Amino acid sequence: MTGPGEPLLHVQSLHIDYASGGRLHPAVRGVDFTVGAGEVVAVVGESGSGKSTTAHAVLGLLPPEGLITAGAIRFRGQDIARLSERRFRSLRGAEISLVPQDPTVSLNPVTRIGDQIAEGLRIHEKLPRRAARLAAADLLDAVGIDRPLVRSQQYPHELSGGMRQRVLIAIALACDPALIVADEPTSGLDVTVQRTVLDKLQQLTHDRGTSVLLITHDLGVAVDRADRIVVMQAGEVVETGPATEVTRQPRHEYTQRLVAAAPSLHSDRLTATAGIVATASASPPGARPADPIERRADEFVRVTDVRRQFRVVLPDSGRVDLVAVDGVSFSIARGSTFALVGESGSGKSTTARLVGGLDSPTSGSITIDGADLEQLSRGARRALRSRVQFVHQNPYASLDPRFSLYDIIEEPLRAFGVGSGRDRQARVTELLEHIALPASYLRRRPGELSGGQRQRTAIARALVLRPELVILDEPVSALDVSVQAQILQLLTDLQVELGLTYLFISHDLAVVRQISDRVGVMQQGRLVEQATTAELFAAPADDYTRRLLDAIPGSRARG
Amino acid sequence: MKRYVARRILSAVVVIWAAFTISFLLLYLLPADPIAIKLDAVEGGGRGGSGSVSMPPEQVAEIMARYGYDRPLIVQYFLALGRMLGGDLGTSITTGIEVRDSLVAALPQTLQLASVALLIGVLVGVLVGVLSNLVAFRWLRQLLQSLPPLAAAIPTFWFGLVLLQVFSFRLGWFPPWGNSGFASVVLPALTLSLPTAAVMAQVLSKSLREVLASPYIETARAKGASRLRVHLRHAFRNAMLPSLTVVGLTVGNLLAGSVVVETVYARDGLGRLTETAVDGQDTPVVLAVVVISAVVFALVNLLVDLLYPVVDPRIRRATTAVA
Amino acid sequence: MTLAEIAGATTAPADAPAASAPAAPPATTGRRRSRWRWFARRPGLLLSIGVLLLVVLWAVRPGWFTAADPLVGVPREKLSPPSAEHWFGTDSIGRDLFARVVHGAQYSLRAVAIALVLALVVGALLGLISGYLGGVVDNVIMRVVDVLLALPGLLISLILITALGFGTLNVAIAVGVSAVAAFARVMRSEVLRVRNAAYVEAAVKGGVRWWSVMGRHVLPNSYGSIMALGALEFGSAILSIAALSFLGFGAAPPAPEWGALVADGRNYLATAWWVTTLPGLVVIVVVIAANRIGRALDGEWRQAR
Repeated sequence: MTGPGEPLLHVQSLHIDYASGGRLHPAVRGVDFTVGAGEVVAVVGESGSGKSTTAHAVLGLLPPEGLITAGAIRFRGQDIARLSERRFRSLRGAEISLVPQDPTVSLNPVTRIGDQIAEGLRIHEKLPRRAARLAAADLLDAVGIDRPLVRSQQYPHELSGGMRQRVLIAIALACDPALIVADEPTSGLDVTVQRTVLDKLQQLTHDRGTSVLLITHDLGVAVDRADRIVVMQAGEVVETGPATEVTRQPRHEYTQRLVAAAPSLHSDRLTATAGIVATASASPPGARPADPIERRADEFVRVTDVRRQFRVVLPDSGRVDLVAVDGVSFSIARGSTFALVGESGSGKSTTARLVGGLDSPTSGSITIDGADLEQLSRGARRALRSRVQFVHQNPYASLDPRFSLYDIIEEPLRAFGVGSGRDRQARVTELLEHIALPASYLRRRPGELSGGQRQRTAIARALVLRPELVILDEPVSALDVSVQAQILQLLTDLQVELGLTYLFISHDLAVVRQISDRVGVMQQGRLVEQATTAELFAAPADDYTRRLLDAIPGSRARG
Repeated sequence: MKRYVARRILSAVVVIWAAFTISFLLLYLLPADPIAIKLDAVEGGGRGGSGSVSMPPEQVAEIMARYGYDRPLIVQYFLALGRMLGGDLGTSITTGIEVRDSLVAALPQTLQLASVALLIGVLVGVLVGVLSNLVAFRWLRQLLQSLPPLAAAIPTFWFGLVLLQVFSFRLGWFPPWGNSGFASVVLPALTLSLPTAAVMAQVLSKSLREVLASPYIETARAKGASRLRVHLRHAFRNAMLPSLTVVGLTVGNLLAGSVVVETVYARDGLGRLTETAVDGQDTPVVLAVVVISAVVFALVNLLVDLLYPVVDPRIRRATTAVA
Repeated sequence: MTLAEIAGATTAPADAPAASAPAAPPATTGRRRSRWRWFARRPGLLLSIGVLLLVVLWAVRPGWFTAADPLVGVPREKLSPPSAEHWFGTDSIGRDLFARVVHGAQYSLRAVAIALVLALVVGALLGLISGYLGGVVDNVIMRVVDVLLALPGLLISLILITALGFGTLNVAIAVGVSAVAAFARVMRSEVLRVRNAAYVEAAVKGGVRWWSVMGRHVLPNSYGSIMALGALEFGSAILSIAALSFLGFGAAPPAPEWGALVADGRNYLATAWWVTTLPGLVVIVVVIAANRIGRALDGEWRQAR
């Protein structure tokens, strides 16, 4: 048992190295923190900070090439860092358990979920099959899944993502452990689902007095859910303290940057960096006319009552018409940002494709700069392509791995036959300045760039033809928060400088708040609300918008 | 579910029909002229030699008519298809024996050989595949993992001859050839099972490795499951799925492999029949062998397809997501 | 479909181009050095490349390796076991077996080359058309390919030999045709994979025309898998050709085709083990080498790049 005053978990100057290619690469360098009984501690950090490695070490689940080189992990006073696999096994699941990262792939696809929950009980408490099944159904009930007896007979693919994460929580709770390690438990889930899942986890662990080690990249989630926060950077702990204190008065410079970058803790639209001057005729953001009539005069994109349905063939019910976009209307003023927000399947990406002319609406009309897309000739449509460009969600996949940076940025010029080779070279070099990458990078290939640099490259490719409208499809969702902030700032600067109009697609209201002038909220193909960003956040009219806003993590830090 | 079964059965029928059609077209469209070969053979010409026909043209025409070779190709095709459906496989050009009779005599021998080989191949393959991941010693795992690629590079005919050399001639444990009893099946079946075992082990080992790296295995380990339990309860059932497909595909290769193995061990069976038929460019026999192989292949794969939903619940509810 | 193909096909081109690799910017010289190190860490691969080069030399310049005549034997020395004079021993009419194996390389390699070129050109073309055009064309081509894949490769080869007759060329064609389907399928799936890749979508969205997308993105990104399949098929083609020549469908008797060499030893199994065993070992070594290179092309190389 834990002695008086001794924390449940005490990680002491832990060092972990990864062995690869005959060398050791340090991943965790002298990490110290404690988790008290019944306490929720969040470890926050960006990718590569070593937070996940630390979590795996606590569970004794480091990959074979991960080596604990120094330090100790004391659980109830006992050092478990060098426990034999046999001894550790009796601890895992019984005393320390895991809520894993990605619910969609963390359940065995060919085993009934009831059996998966019961497995821990069968291993540790040697429960007979039937008793374990009943206990599993009780656990399903506890995590808030309806008809638990029926559900426990189902397979993972028959459950939604949120439900699967609840099942994983039930698995973690099965043997009533003292500590739960939750490794990014809601990444990949929609915000509203994320919220209910985290609520459930919080409630259950609180009721049972279970301690939680919460691993997350999202400072907002950490401050909402944890008692204390441990901030990690490059394998080291840079700051530890009570959650609200760390976010309100960060002491370490890195934490300050992290707090500054975290979109969920901020409420203002970004303004252009000092010194950026508008070169185009468009009015700069912020100084935009508030009068709706005047805005209409300055309208660049107009979407009127657009509907798009797909015919799909389902094996059981035959042909079905699936409405992806239903009666959507909005307009975007020249030089402004219109954001479409929604959860997965809301139709926001389909709408973006329609506006970009990659797909035609079933009914309704889309005009860009006064020209109706449907009435355009093929040639005119293609010409319009050069004025409307895309930036993709995933900077890892959207760049051809064989191309150099130069080839990537030059490709649209080549495609539209713009200028001579020398002209094109000049233009590419010019753009490299815009995206703040050194000219020496031109020969590099995407594999040699970081995520942020790749996304900058994708932005340069989109801008090379001097477009007027740029459609940004979740451009920052695959990036770490500090990189996210840089890219958002870059986009803001470019908008002012070049007078660009943005259509910004995102699932993340917090990000949207920083970049857009107007916001439209989409749900199941319909635009349920649209308003200026300030109005929407101050006084959401629609019930769904309110739920989305409530689900943004970090409300505790905002006060 | 009913839809699924119906679709599988239909596709089995289509495979058999298509195999017949493709081989018919290849056999009858390509230059070699079966009649010329027959005449050649009558005159004692060598194998595959060019037909220096000295027979009077009328006689040639008469023989052509007897075998139906004077009709347009499309007519020949439908006649052959019709006969095939009625169970008439034609007569051999070289021996004049009903093809069906030769097949009925040969097929059981080969099926016996192939099923023993399949059993050995699957057992050895699964054992090596599982152990090459499960064994706790790294060096032993690596040794086991290096076996299947080695086995896949060995020509079956050579393996057969080496087994003969050692076990029949040196040690005298098994009869070197013939179809006499179980002892005579052992070496041929071992020979024939080698590629099957190699592929099974490779595929299973690889998919086990992939499955073991997947997040749900971590979930299982986090529950405190032992290495054995993780491997057998969680990984094996998931890794089995691709291997099941391989078993189906292997059956065709076992039948084809019998051509070589039965030649090496001088056993009677489908393989020997095929070898002789190809040697004499006996088109009706070759065509019949292809169709029989396709039927066996299609039946086994139908069985595999029907087994799939039992193992994989995701197929049971064939309500595939919207693309 | 040969067994090696099944294994090859399941070694699917799992291509995540440096998905999560951190930015490590090596200079050009560093890249060259790291390439050397990459090879140095794989002695098996280097050895495999060496083996194949040696066999190619056997085929082109057999005289460099053996002075003995592969066709004329010395009856006095018949069936003599391996010795310093006759590395592989001699066969039933006293021909030097090593010389026969060395000279046989040209038959096997020529047949393999014809088979591979045929399979690669026809298969890749079919796959490209099928994958790019889609619709009815794709459906028809792929159904035929499915059936060809369902039939064992050896059986398809036997059908073709029945129709075409015997000889090295016909055996090569037969083996080549039986491998067309595999190439077609891999090429098609590669085209589809690349065509659906985000960077191709990005190019299309940016206004790049389809032929340009095809030439600049799709082809260069799919040819790696085709090359890998080619190397794996090289091994299985050697095996198939050897099997067919073992059955006696290859070149006429005195020619020292590898499969025929093994068959020659059948009657002396009890007395002269080397006549079957040693030529077979050569085949095995060559196939292993080809497969090793195929695996390198398929996965490791692309991941390392």
